[in-house]
Amino acid sequence: MCMTCGCGKGQTLIGGRALGGSHALARQHKPGEEMHYRAREGSASHADAHDRTHGNSPARDTMDFGAGPAGAHAPGMSQSRMVKIERDILAKNNDYADANRRHFSSHGIFALNLVSSPGSGKTTLLVKTITALNGTQPLAVIEGDQQTDNDAARIRTAGAPALQINTGKGCHLDAHMVGQAMQRLALKDDSLLLIENVGNLVCPAGFDLGEAHKVVIFSVTEGEDKPLKYPDMFRAADLMLLNKCDLLPHLDFDADLAVENARRVNPDIQVIRVSAARGEGLAGWLEWIKAGCHDAVAAKQQTL
Amino acid sequence: MHEMSIAESVLQIIEDRARADGYARVRAVWLEIGQLAGVEKESLRFCFDVVTRDSVARDARLEIIETAGQGWCPVCACNVAVSARYEPCPNCGGFQIEVTGGEEMRVKELEVE
Repeated sequence: MCMTCGCGKGQTLIGGRALGGSHALARQHKPGEEMHYRAREGSASHADAHDRTHGNSPARDTMDFGAGPAGAHAPGMSQSRMVKIERDILAKNNDYADANRRHFSSHGIFALNLVSSPGSGKTTLLVKTITALNGTQPLAVIEGDQQTDNDAARIRTAGAPALQINTGKGCHLDAHMVGQAMQRLALKDDSLLLIENVGNLVCPAGFDLGEAHKVVIFSVTEGEDKPLKYPDMFRAADLMLLNKCDLLPHLDFDADLAVENARRVNPDIQVIRVSAARGEGLAGWLEWIKAGCHDAVAAKQQTL
Repeated sequence: MHEMSIAESVLQIIEDRARADGYARVRAVWLEIGQLAGVEKESLRFCFDVVTRDSVARDARLEIIETAGQGWCPVCACNVAVSARYEPCPNCGGFQIEVTGGEEMRVKELEVE
């Protein structure tokens, strides 16, 4: 089973190909991490501190779990002893996300993680965005769905490179999958990366992909209280796109209330009202993207 | 949340250490799970039993230390106990509480042999 998302091991496909080797990192120690052994009461105490200076190993296609020393038992330590671990359970995903983030910042790449319920209009919005940008901004798209290549195909038809990740039973993208996809896409410097997560308002909130921002797409055909019902996601997002606004005359949806609910859960969230299908409000979204890309490039210059 | 994948991650952390330090069995595992981490403890126990069945942590005792939820209310300028996310402040009723503790999920210690 996938160590991060519980999907069936080997069921995750990236661009139609299975992930090579194991999903997980070989053992990770942060530089300078110490390990302490202390025997249980009744036996002589035994303190053994080792300094580890391993750097972070970046995501690779093949991970060899057979490597690494099999330490011998310390003599006289056949009775139980306590081992301090202090390791965060989601650390692996966070490590991969940090590696992705470092890659983005050193290459001036502005990466966005688009999240929503299924059917809110993420893919249509991406297609319209790509068309509107009209080649003025190098970009690539990573698509996430349980099955099919449909979304990636739509993006390619719109004129942008896209890679499809099929998660199989998995319900969200994780940072390891995204790291692998990034390598295969060979992202350009100073480009825009749009990651369309699996349609799911619950799980993606907890999994950092290394993105600059999560953007939540919430459509007027959903309920105004969506932000209150799924607060973690609206809290995790920096921008909310209220989509399908062209349908408002046909609905009882109170857009102001929806925005108010979002701001109750996340007072700092920015909101742009759009209609991907009709193109309304897209100018504001494109401005926001442009500003983000500009900042990413500027930040890269500063680190050079 | 994903109690099964959390259990798998715990086992992975255990196995990584077992391989590095060369211990044969894990007798007990201490986890720190925050009150606000969104983890269902009984579900996690069940999943832990399932995933460790054929591992170095087979039959290991699972101890879950629940750390309390804490928050800072900028309106009252005080620390408050937080038992659930998005609750109003017990003092002023405001919704601006910033969570400062109780979200962690950590493998704390192992008893090994």
